[in-house]
Amino acid sequence: MKVKSKNPAGYGLVAPYWIHFALFMAYPLIFSLILVFHKWDVYTPMQWVGLGNFIRLFKDDLFFQSLLNTLLFLVIHIPLQLVVALLFAVLLNEKIRARGFFRAAYFMPVVISGVVISILWQQLYSQENGVLNLLLTHIGLPKVPWLTSPEWAMPSIALMATWKNVGLYIVLFLAGLQTIPGYLYEAADIDGASAWQKFRSVTLPMLNPTVLLVMILSTIGGFSLFIEPYMLTGGGPMNRTLSAMLYIYKQAFYFNRMGYAATLGFFFALLILGVVLVQRKIVEQEPE
Amino acid sequence: MILKRIALYGLLMLGTVLFVYPFVWMIFATLKPEMEIPMFGLWPSRFTLQHYQQVFAKIPIGRAFLNSIVVSGSITASVLIFSSMAGYALSRLQFRGKNLMFMLILFTMMIPFQLTIIPLYVLMVKLHWTDTYLALIVPGMMSGFGILLFRQFFQTVPQALLDAARVDGLNDLQILFRIVWPLSRPVLITVGILTFMNSWNEVLWPLIVVRKAELMTMPQLVTIFAVGGMAEAQLGVKLAAAFLLALPVVVAYGIFQRYFIESMASSGLKG
Repeated sequence: MKVKSKNPAGYGLVAPYWIHFALFMAYPLIFSLILVFHKWDVYTPMQWVGLGNFIRLFKDDLFFQSLLNTLLFLVIHIPLQLVVALLFAVLLNEKIRARGFFRAAYFMPVVISGVVISILWQQLYSQENGVLNLLLTHIGLPKVPWLTSPEWAMPSIALMATWKNVGLYIVLFLAGLQTIPGYLYEAADIDGASAWQKFRSVTLPMLNPTVLLVMILSTIGGFSLFIEPYMLTGGGPMNRTLSAMLYIYKQAFYFNRMGYAATLGFFFALLILGVVLVQRKIVEQEPE
Repeated sequence: MILKRIALYGLLMLGTVLFVYPFVWMIFATLKPEMEIPMFGLWPSRFTLQHYQQVFAKIPIGRAFLNSIVVSGSITASVLIFSSMAGYALSRLQFRGKNLMFMLILFTMMIPFQLTIIPLYVLMVKLHWTDTYLALIVPGMMSGFGILLFRQFFQTVPQALLDAARVDGLNDLQILFRIVWPLSRPVLITVGILTFMNSWNEVLWPLIVVRKAELMTMPQLVTIFAVGGMAEAQLGVKLAAAFLLALPVVVAYGIFQRYFIESMASSGLKG
């Protein structure tokens, strides 16, 4: 017996998803198009301001500062993440005992809430009593103002985020490494290639798709940066760790500027989509 | 060769220390007297539970734990049920517009949350859902990503089984929950773990829609405790609250470690 060719049950089973989508995605999307043309504090009636929110956005130095901060985070976070993840993935791909143990250990920070990580690192980064500065002093180096100096604060947060997320990317790279066929290395051996040459000419090109996947995922993650600066610095010092998401949050919930916050979110989301689409284009252009 | 092996294991161990020692240090720090926390070593002059006593005295953390269980549990149950229904329809039933619908679901997954989060909050206000469980649970009840994973897995279920069930007079819901579900443990665990962990760790949305302490989820309450001045700059108390927040996930990770890693690697999504 074959499945009936037109089965109305199919629609019924997918319907909950679409009803939910209509209420909690489509409706907010449409409403955001109304919101961006209004000034609104939630309590009093909405006020039409035309393009006022957009004009304000383009004059808002603090918003562009927050975009730059987010960009700085990505510029440090992504390369660091790629290098560290690749290093440990290559080590794990050797013939070793207890691979599962090491993999589980590196993955541990990935599953733990960013709130926990932030509280822990706030101590580690503390200027006077932090464990990291104690270690530095112990080996005769000067203390680092991890979160208190405008220059160090965002790099410190990027370092912490890398420590938290890198386990996931180690696992992704390890999976990528295991798909590389052994005969490619055998062929390189016959040609007398050194270990480094094999890494450069076989491993890296074969890992290209994984590299780009890791880049896209950490870009999306980086654009969502919120709880770490919220907890560690509140966006300071001198607004240097104010991420775009934190700025939108503050506009909406500290100042009750819903119209303006929605406009910022709208603009920021377009930016994210643009960046991800560009990255996807690059993926598609890759040979293979 | 032996030297190379030693270097290899040395680096691997170094990595283990790098990623795990901070957590071990944190657990011991919560048991130290406040003055002894800023030390690299683990062992204090005496052990104390005072930080935990203070956490329980100052904030309703037990209540927050229950709130988190209710919220994450409802979301996970809902995602498992509704995503598997849609995944089943999209993989095993024939209906007009099926492929288009699947493409649309993939498309909806690309919408950045930054676009909808403010208007979604406004919707919660209009529905009078702020400071209720509804605001915490309902927006997270569906997952396009769950549908994707279920659809993929259900394509491997043998057609003969479904046909036999249909001959026995079972309808589609009965086939899904009685025949297909028992065969789908791996995908149920994968979607279950991902959904539960993501909603357990979610903190931005609760910060937005809940202000009443008795409705706060655990990460939210701990966040507000740590940054809101209630911890009075006492490190031990903050770390103790953080450890209580991490504990359930760490225990689950200890048991389902392999599933955690494989689910998240297959998804490539993070919390």
